[in-house]
Amino acid sequence: MKYVIMFTTTPELDAAVSPEHAEQVYRRTYDWFGTHSEVMTESGAQLQPVTTATTVSYGGDAPVVADGPFSEAKEVIGGFQVIDVPDLDAAIAVVKTWPLLELPGVSVEIRPIIVY
Amino acid sequence: MNETDAAAAESGRSKAAASDQLLARTIREESARIVSALTGWLGSLDLAEESVAEAIEEAVRQWRTRGVPPNPGGWLTQAARHNAIDRLRREKRYREKLALLTDPLEAAPLIVAGEPDERLPLLFGCCHPALSPDAQLALTLRAICGLTTAQIARATLAPESTVAQRIVRAKRKIGAAGIPLRIPEGSERAERLNIVLTVISVMYSEAHLVAGGDAAADRDLADDALWLARVVAHELPREAEAQAQGLLALLLFHRAREGARAVDGELVLLADQDRARWDRGLIDEAQAVLETAAMLRRPGRWQLHAAIAACHSDTRDGSHTDWLQVLTLYDMLLAYDYSPIVRLNRTVALAEVDGPQAALDEVDVLRRTLTGYHLWHAVRARMLRHLGRRDEAMAEDLCALELTANDAERRLLEARVDR
Repeated sequence: MKYVIMFTTTPELDAAVSPEHAEQVYRRTYDWFGTHSEVMTESGAQLQPVTTATTVSYGGDAPVVADGPFSEAKEVIGGFQVIDVPDLDAAIAVVKTWPLLELPGVSVEIRPIIVY
Repeated sequence: MNETDAAAAESGRSKAAASDQLLARTIREESARIVSALTGWLGSLDLAEESVAEAIEEAVRQWRTRGVPPNPGGWLTQAARHNAIDRLRREKRYREKLALLTDPLEAAPLIVAGEPDERLPLLFGCCHPALSPDAQLALTLRAICGLTTAQIARATLAPESTVAQRIVRAKRKIGAAGIPLRIPEGSERAERLNIVLTVISVMYSEAHLVAGGDAAADRDLADDALWLARVVAHELPREAEAQAQGLLALLLFHRAREGARAVDGELVLLADQDRARWDRGLIDEAQAVLETAAMLRRPGRWQLHAAIAACHSDTRDGSHTDWLQVLTLYDMLLAYDYSPIVRLNRTVALAEVDGPQAALDEVDVLRRTLTGYHLWHAVRARMLRHLGRRDEAMAEDLCALELTANDAERRLLEARVDR
């Protein structure tokens, strides 16, 4: 089964982590992609910071364009990756080893992809 | 209606009630096995479970008047298969789907070799952490214990539509999100078993704390929980069974005291219970199960809960309880379960060992987390009363009274306020 995993962080909690610690954790994310290369598909991307986001929303007569992310949530999406694994337990097992999960405010959402 | 008629009607009612119990037991024995086999055949838990649930509703209707057939499992399986095929016919492309089905007798079993009971993978799947606790409970009650949605709604005091929606959503998620129906391996296994045991324990306590109900009512869920605890404790591979045995022992201790816990719909506190009303047979069984669990030398949360219950069942009356041992067991339990409820319960033992002031200090530490919980106020009242602070104790009892939704507990607290 294919799942999208969405990596999120909470910017207001990032400040609590020392730059050295953050750098060391981020470096390990490269190894993580290598370790799990077998389940990684071609699809995936790391995103520019949320300050670069633009949102187009429903606006009655015409869509409205505005600065910022679509939700007011404290968490922001930092990237996503499509993985191909046998079932949800396998997806959870891969995600649990995501190095950033040792930082507060970090979560990873797992969503199955619809197959037609 | 004259008295004879009334008596006849009464006996007719009690016969129907007995046969309802028989129906419940029969259905419970068969339900999970059939859901499991049909899921393997159809490749969809949603469809399989829906078809079995429908067959159970038919069975309850028919068997109540005509009696249980000689092979109830075969009857239910046939009925569920018919329902499944009917459901598939209503869908588009049903011929393609029907063609994909193998004969159920030849279908590959869902169970992996080495797993002793085909109900367990289904149970462990229903208790997946990706499902909400409410959904875990509702789905387990339906797919494993064979309760109808209406029965679950009454037992858990939720509107029937809410329960139905919860079950549908959970089943769809299992299918759509690829939640595997199996006993997980490695470190996940212990974590999942803990959820399974928690669901069973919630199932047991739901039967006892029905809001607006009487203490003696709704014994069914407790019976189902005890049955399921037995299934898990007996069928689980040996290395994993210590915790399951622990929970079984705990529920047996609770069950043994049930006759003394509620008298004429009134709750009786442990210390005041008439120990002659305790079921000695069940206590002996509980003790034997606990000893078996202890021999596995894998202590854990449920075993410690059971060991505490055992301390209370050892003595002839409440005044001989070995409180130091109870307190020691609570201290050990905190390593596995640091929940506020366990910490609150520990204060009762602490009061007996170190006095009410030490216990009150501990109770006050928990104020912020438990201030909405009626028993926190009840325990605090108890400590204050022991310290001679009667007015404050009364105020806490009133708080507890305001917060409790259960009739029997309310009357117990009312009796204290009146005193």
